[in-house]
Amino acid sequence: MTMAPAADQAQAIARVWQAMFWPNVAIYAAVLVALGWALWRRRDQEDDRGTQDRQERHWSRALLGWTAFIAVVLTVYTAVSFVQDRRLMARAPDALRVRVTGKQWWWQVEYLDADPSRQVVAANELHLPAGRMTRIELLSDDVIHSLWIPELNGKQDLIPGRRTELAVTPRAPGHFRGECAEFCGLQHAHMLLPVTVDSPQAFATWLDAQRAPAPEPVSAAAQRGRHVFESGPCVMCHAIAGTTAGSNTGPDLTHVASRPTLAAGALPNDRAHLTAWLVNPQAFKPGTNMPNPHLAPQDVADVVEYLESLR
Amino acid sequence: MSSRFRTIDACATVAFAALAAVALSGCERERRDYTGTAPPPPASETVRVGDLQPGEHEAPEADPHGRYFEGNAYHVNQGTQLYKAFNCTGCHANGGGGIGPALMDAEWRYGGSIEQIHASIVQGRPNGMPSFRGKIPDDQIWEIAAYVRTLSGNAPKYVAGGGRQGMAVAPPTSRLPTLQPRTTESGQ
Repeated sequence: MTMAPAADQAQAIARVWQAMFWPNVAIYAAVLVALGWALWRRRDQEDDRGTQDRQERHWSRALLGWTAFIAVVLTVYTAVSFVQDRRLMARAPDALRVRVTGKQWWWQVEYLDADPSRQVVAANELHLPAGRMTRIELLSDDVIHSLWIPELNGKQDLIPGRRTELAVTPRAPGHFRGECAEFCGLQHAHMLLPVTVDSPQAFATWLDAQRAPAPEPVSAAAQRGRHVFESGPCVMCHAIAGTTAGSNTGPDLTHVASRPTLAAGALPNDRAHLTAWLVNPQAFKPGTNMPNPHLAPQDVADVVEYLESLR
Repeated sequence: MSSRFRTIDACATVAFAALAAVALSGCERERRDYTGTAPPPPASETVRVGDLQPGEHEAPEADPHGRYFEGNAYHVNQGTQLYKAFNCTGCHANGGGGIGPALMDAEWRYGGSIEQIHASIVQGRPNGMPSFRGKIPDDQIWEIAAYVRTLSGNAPKYVAGGGRQGMAVAPPTSRLPTLQPRTTESGQ
């Protein structure tokens, strides 16, 4: 099978799958063989009541045995499912807490901490430490979404007004693809959540970098870009830590240049695509809540210069 | 073919055309225009020397954008979202008012037509209403203005929403009685 579980939870699901799949293949084959034999066997010509009675008893015993066998198989399946379900629902006391909020059509990712100053707000990327459980609290701001990272765990819906949870314990560093798995509107297909599993040290380094406010712009163009950002339409929806921009309607852009994609997977994250996005977002993600900001070409260039410095 | 059949043919054609026209006008209600139709307003306004603001008597001219945005269910719905996203609720609540005046009654200090509401959002008004010129793209201002019109039952019934934002126990905006806007004399 081509499944490649990379977390304890996905491993548990894979075990249930393997435990059910191969016996089911064997049982299905046996049923087909029995059916084929029943179709092809020759009906006894002579009307010998004694032989028929003997056969009847013979078949009754066989059928009883088959029923008992099926009952045993189903009991084993239930037991396997029960045991693996415990693993899916197990919660480690030292788990990392992350809150993921689904929005049309992007993901807000918050790393929770008892100390509010150490909390991190990111968007459209999820970093996880290897070898440690992460409890992902799932909320929705608008409609029902569903988070699915196939290699790490099964799907879990994000329901407005309700808190759901997904736990993942990835075992080795790697890159995975999370997506929205519940049709949530026009740009449902552009609602990607790239997942990076890091070693514990690399994760700590990344999280510390995310905690830092945005670096001060150095070049004159970037400084002008920041001014345009703070005084123009950008500031109505976006936040950049360390500046006066503090809205939470759109994605937090404090470290936008370090993210793998733009607009939740709609575009690769580089200077050319960022420029094109700012000139006309609707051309790449029709219906997105990011409007055309109608910035002058020079303003676009400066804002791009500034955003590209936010690593 | 006899002339009688030609008449029936012509009748059928006319009926079909009428039906198509009705059907197509229905599309207009739902048309989703993402790229924007309204040109951005001038980036700066002339220097202001006093607190006096144009009210009813210097109402902006009727703007075709107003009619278009008011008659489109998609734009009204976007306005509903933006009203919350841009924290209009912070002062006007869900239309009932608080720090700012109520938007669901017939009283309008600076006019209740969609053009006047649009102008109030763009220009700002004394005693607290900030100017959103250059902050909110013009299309979105029209969308918010269109939504504000639904709060007092002034948007066409076929575009007003069937639900309600917030927790108010109030009928959906499509079932509100239309309150004819009237301007308060003193501006208070």
